[in-house]
Amino acid sequence: MPTPNWLRRRGARPQPSDDKLWEICPSCGDRLFIKDLEAKLRVCPKCGHNFRLPALDRIALLADGDFDEIAENLVTADPLRWSDRSTYPEKTERDRTKSGLLEAIIVGFCTVDRIPVGLGVMDFNFRGGTMGGVVGEKVTLLIEECARRRVPCVIVTTSGGARMEEGMIGLMQLAKTSAAVERFGTLGLPLITILTDPTTGGVSASFGFQADVIIAESGAAIGFAGRRVIDQTIRQKLPEGFQTAEFLLEHGQVDMVVRRADMKSALANALRFFTTPVAAEFIRPTPAARRPKSKAS
Amino acid sequence: MNVIVELERPLLELEAKIDGLKKLNETQRVDFSAEIRALEEKALALKIEIFGNLTPWQRVHLARHPRRPLALDYIAKLDGFVELHGDRAFRDDPALVAGYAYLGGVPVFVLGQQKGRDTKENLYRSFGMAHPEGYRKAARIMRLAQKFRKPLLTFIDTPGAYPGIGAEERGQSEAIATNIKLMAGLGVPIVVNVIGEGGSGGALAIGVGDTVIMLQHAVYSVASPEAAATILWRDAGKADEAASRLRLTSEDLFEFGIVDTIATEPMGGAHRDPATTIQSVLEVDKQALAQLVKLSPEQLIDRRYEKYRKIGAHEEMALDRAAR
Repeated sequence: MPTPNWLRRRGARPQPSDDKLWEICPSCGDRLFIKDLEAKLRVCPKCGHNFRLPALDRIALLADGDFDEIAENLVTADPLRWSDRSTYPEKTERDRTKSGLLEAIIVGFCTVDRIPVGLGVMDFNFRGGTMGGVVGEKVTLLIEECARRRVPCVIVTTSGGARMEEGMIGLMQLAKTSAAVERFGTLGLPLITILTDPTTGGVSASFGFQADVIIAESGAAIGFAGRRVIDQTIRQKLPEGFQTAEFLLEHGQVDMVVRRADMKSALANALRFFTTPVAAEFIRPTPAARRPKSKAS
Repeated sequence: MNVIVELERPLLELEAKIDGLKKLNETQRVDFSAEIRALEEKALALKIEIFGNLTPWQRVHLARHPRRPLALDYIAKLDGFVELHGDRAFRDDPALVAGYAYLGGVPVFVLGQQKGRDTKENLYRSFGMAHPEGYRKAARIMRLAQKFRKPLLTFIDTPGAYPGIGAEERGQSEAIATNIKLMAGLGVPIVVNVIGEGGSGGALAIGVGDTVIMLQHAVYSVASPEAAATILWRDAGKADEAASRLRLTSEDLFEFGIVDTIATEPMGGAHRDPATTIQSVLEVDKQALAQLVKLSPEQLIDRRYEKYRKIGAHEEMALDRAAR
């Protein structure tokens, strides 16, 4: 597909290292040329396994071709002065090179099948998509701006949870983003989340599972506690297919499981339904929506 | 083994000796008061030596001390507590206790994560780790609080939400996510007490409040030190290192604006004088409530929004470095 303008603008940003020529499919073990893989939306042509999709590719997949990023220059302030094998600023610096992004989420506005929406897309290549102060702030800003513009909000998640390196400030982003979702919910506008591989911990335990419609990408690992934590804490043997998108569908946790190739049309379909009025006089703002909000909304 | 229990053993022995001498002093004609004074001075010095400079990991153990007052010990000191059971869908979760009571004459709904005192109790209470049905019972209580305009009083003491197969099947994420969102929108006062150990989203699921009170020696972290070490370094054995980095003490969290009030504990920790600790915490709760009940539902919700809206850690990178 042609490179959209907004993507070309990013040319000056650090690019992910691209010295590798092929990747091994973790599902079927097939050796795939990266070029072929990218041409197929990073889906294994042999077994259909979804490789993780960088945020920019995901935006290219879902947006009509125009994406107006907001809050693009927010970076972490390292509140804990964290250091283990390396310092937190060193880690984020490496993640910038690895992902080509300044943080683990991109937020902005675009149209999806000509429907204007706010769109947030997380990227696993940056600190495992974890939520610290910047991710929490950007998600909150996105939801607040969606409320101001009266447009639906779509968030594509991939995350290991709250970011350990920001300690309790990371955990408090669950409360901050949830408060924004709660307020947004009074406006009668839909929040749709697309849970992709993997979505666990603090992101699934906040906006991930607070949406009006929850779509899971096929094969994605989704849950609260990660496998390692479950294993180390209770030492239960985990069943086959545990915490996959299909497992969640079966247990009533998500609305639908959608393949990557069908994701845009499924999203557009839901957006169209939720934004179609019954009749002009039928749609009235709810009492809560009429209540004047404080400056933050 | 709890490291504090080990550390304080000589102190307890010394205190037992002092008690023995005091009894002798009352019943015998010999005057032991000089010896008692000397031993008391020694005990004080020992107390300062043991508790004066605890490492974060030792403080985690202090927060998990087997004799530390638990949620139900606080709740028992409220007036007329009645426990309400069940999520109306699956089962009653004993790890999360719910009900109603009166605090200084004010009717309040109550939630608390309850650990056990021994292995048998801990198995029954899942070590204070709630399942989705526990959080859904809590959600039911939150909706009751909203409907009947009664304040909500919560007690946090959990290493985290239960990580297991059943919990995942029944939607642990959704249950926690729903509670955090519900609490953001409640038009009634919410007073949160972090009494022992607060871990992760499982703690926050009853922890979004207007006033968050934390006991001096409680700990509260993004994940339990064991889980954090597993996530960061794939090794739960490095929990002590995680504890030292997570900034999980009451002083740290007060500094970050995550905790509003620190409730002081007796020297050596709440377990050394549970009755006084419980009374002083409930007193702080009462004062907090007295202020909050003056606010309208809209004021409470807006104030709470602004409070959490501010918690963050970001700065703007100069645009040329951001290389647009």
